Amino acid sequence: MSSELPHTLEQYRRAVRAHELSAEEYLDETWQRIEHGDHQVRAFLHLRLDAARPDAQAAVPLSPLAGAPIAIKDNIMMAGERCTCGSRILEHYVAPYSATVVQALLGAGAVVPGKTNLDEFAMGSSTENSAFFPTHNPADLTRVPGGSSGGSAAAVAAGFALGAIGSDTGGSVRQPAAFCGVVGFKPTYGLVSRYGLVAFGSSLDCIGPITRTIRDAAIMMNIMAAHDPKDATSVKRPHVDFEAALQPTLAGKRVGIIRELKGLDVQPEIAAAMEAAREAAVRSGASIVDVSLPHILSALPVYYIIAPAECSANLGRFDGVRYGLHVDGRDMIETYSKTRNAGFGTEVKRRILIGAFVLSAGYYDAYYKKASSVRQLITDEVDTALQSADVLLTPTTPTTAFRLGAVTDPLEMYKADVFTIPADLAGVPAVSFPAGKDATGLPIGLQLMGPRWSDAELLSSANVLFTALGGES
Amino acid sequence: MTTTIGLEIHVQLATRTKMFCGCSTAFGDEPNTHVCPVCLGLPGALPTLNAEAVHLAITLAMALGCEVHEVSEFSRKNYFYPDLPKSYQITQFDCPIATGGTVPIVTVRGARNIRLTRAHIEEDAGKSIHAADITLGGETLVDFNRCGLPLIEIVTEPDMQSGDEAYEFLRNLRRLVRWLGVSSGDMEKGAMRCDVNISVSPDPALRGTKVEIKNLNSFRSVKRAIDYEEQRQAQYLTDCTPIMMETRHFDEVQGTTTAMRSKEASNDYRYFPEPDLPLLQLDPAELESLRAQMPEVPWETQSRFERDLGLSPYDAALLTEERSTAEFFQQTVALYDNPKKLASYMGTEVTRLLNERGKTLAETQLTPTALAGLLAMVENNAISNTASKDVLPLLVDTGVTPVEAVKNLGLEQVSDTSAIEGFAHEVMVENPTQVEQFRSGKEAVLGFLVGQLMKKSKGKANPKLAGEVLRTLLKP
Repeated sequence: MSSELPHTLEQYRRAVRAHELSAEEYLDETWQRIEHGDHQVRAFLHLRLDAARPDAQAAVPLSPLAGAPIAIKDNIMMAGERCTCGSRILEHYVAPYSATVVQALLGAGAVVPGKTNLDEFAMGSSTENSAFFPTHNPADLTRVPGGSSGGSAAAVAAGFALGAIGSDTGGSVRQPAAFCGVVGFKPTYGLVSRYGLVAFGSSLDCIGPITRTIRDAAIMMNIMAAHDPKDATSVKRPHVDFEAALQPTLAGKRVGIIRELKGLDVQPEIAAAMEAAREAAVRSGASIVDVSLPHILSALPVYYIIAPAECSANLGRFDGVRYGLHVDGRDMIETYSKTRNAGFGTEVKRRILIGAFVLSAGYYDAYYKKASSVRQLITDEVDTALQSADVLLTPTTPTTAFRLGAVTDPLEMYKADVFTIPADLAGVPAVSFPAGKDATGLPIGLQLMGPRWSDAELLSSANVLFTALGGES
Repeated sequence: MTTTIGLEIHVQLATRTKMFCGCSTAFGDEPNTHVCPVCLGLPGALPTLNAEAVHLAITLAMALGCEVHEVSEFSRKNYFYPDLPKSYQITQFDCPIATGGTVPIVTVRGARNIRLTRAHIEEDAGKSIHAADITLGGETLVDFNRCGLPLIEIVTEPDMQSGDEAYEFLRNLRRLVRWLGVSSGDMEKGAMRCDVNISVSPDPALRGTKVEIKNLNSFRSVKRAIDYEEQRQAQYLTDCTPIMMETRHFDEVQGTTTAMRSKEASNDYRYFPEPDLPLLQLDPAELESLRAQMPEVPWETQSRFERDLGLSPYDAALLTEERSTAEFFQQTVALYDNPKKLASYMGTEVTRLLNERGKTLAETQLTPTALAGLLAMVENNAISNTASKDVLPLLVDTGVTPVEAVKNLGLEQVSDTSAIEGFAHEVMVENPTQVEQFRSGKEAVLGFLVGQLMKKSKGKANPKLAGEVLRTLLKP
């Protein structure tokens, strides 16, 4: 084995194909890093070395992933493996089938070292809402990795996997990617199958890749983007080669800056990174345009009505009757109540209650229906803005990673999603990429949003900025 | 007292697979053998719409004269119950697939159209089997084979006023669903279920308190429950006892209803659009072609039989109970142009034989050509009407032609005058006393002489011709 181990999917694949490295050797190396580091990072909820080894041995070097270790967020089904969703209520639940995306990744030669930690049912922005333990940011172990896909982002950042998949409902792929200094991509809603992803906010949920580089995200998207007849919201689209679509220039592109977000309180180093990205864009041939999204600041409250409403229905099935935690009560209602009270954490309960409230008779019109109308308004505004600009540039987060335990007010925590939520509401693709570090050395992430189905072009544009700002091509 | 009744009917659509997954819809198999992650509501599973269910729903809605909407929407109806594994039912709420439409009924009070409010498609829940049914020490078991079966729910306007009308409505609706092949309409297997909303008021201008009745497992139960509830509410009104707005349970053994739960404390179902399914958009061109292929509905066929073919309402109803029977009748009448006689023959002889065999028309060998041929032979005096009753079983069981059957049974009627004259001469020689009596004016003995002639011909002589020949020969 060469001393210089590949740290991107692309390098790894090249090395394996050149027979400089075998999947099994790389798995061993990865395993050592996990053994050495994960007791501190705690990216994984469950590891599966015994099962991963034969997969690595059987890996076909010419397969798209060639036996690369890919971590899976623990709210995505992998047959025979536990799928806890970071919740007590599913602590011992074993997936009876694999998500379509997991099947595709395994079919493409992925080797899964384990399932990664998350905020319970993907509800949170720090992975502190995991019922089992928090994950730590590999860049600074006193800091959160972001959330809810904090385990996946931390695993990639710590070198425990070459790529990971997470789910993004309000920023849950992009925000932890930004905090951990990796790439996180939320595709267009409908591009990647949701079958086998435990639903949180069904109209928002997207599975997306977390990787070291944009090129690696493109490699994973080539496997993940496919129409799935098992998901009625999955859309049939012409085939796109994401990797081949990566271009070295932004010539002729218009990069939009959203007027309404300029006044938001953002950490100074992040504002500086935005400025640097602007300049890099211009240097790469792009023009900067000012765009307006008058209702974008309503995105946060709209999201915190729609996502809880959907989750209140989606999480109803965890009632202790057929699977999962069961706590006996005197009668059926008390059994439900005791089971759910013991099985769900505070944040999940809060969102179920908010969701049941906004859907209830007498409040539906004022909350859910109103929020749905405003969501449509925001979607229309995003679509319009993306006619006068090819991509929209924003920070991914207002701050870099905060300390574990530092944010206790749920509203403060929700605000961490202010830049990421609009893309979820509008169903458009958005990618977070590393763009330098703050004064304490914590990673900064910037976000590009693009029009629906422009996923490949969006990754291409992001790749230009990412590499111009020091990222690896 | 004025009684106002509206019905909510669930009809199971006769698809091969469930509404949102590929599991079989077979009835009566081992519990929990037709299940998958989707219909079990396992985490991560997603519904995909069964196009066949939509097709059947549209067919029924069109036949009911509903307006079929090009765009409709699925919603989630949220409630907790062990037989509802997702904790919500996928149904249609704000935007159903069809609205309006009518079903005609005829009762002693005359013919009326019962208006429909709407028809929407939804999935069935699983089946809870409680301790009372299974002696399992207080346990409740759930069978999810039924969970996810496709249903269409039809809601009527409060247009009915008696148990008889509700009964007729259901009979006619069942005739239609079976006619169209959209459902077996079998209430015993739960393929058709009905809830009743009923109110009684002393003032015809005012509506009384609405009571819902559930657990109605047959059309007869629907009628009995309405009759009971009508009397109960009338008695309450007379006694000034307040009638509660509530759901009541029909007890089939007692023939009574008892309070289940009060409507005030009913669930808030928190309906909202189902995010896992896109809007249901129907192709206008496909709708048009479906409309063009729509068969005549049974009540139209029935009135056409009465109007154009002169059938009695009884015969017309009987012949339009099943589409295959009506089609058989029409094919036969095209070959044998005596609709009344055919209808009566089918209503008596054919029906009797089918009942004996326990078969439907389609399950026998009888063809329109054969039946028309048989009746034509009777008409042409080739065989007697009585003899035809011996021929029919052969046509039903073996499928031989009537001519072959008659030959096999040796039943050809003798209508050859010279042959009959031969028999007549023999009879007259053997019965001189009766010949004398006739000639002296006692005409009644002709019947005896005809009988003797028939006996001699082994029943094959045309009796009418036999009478005529004898009369001519007996003339002095």
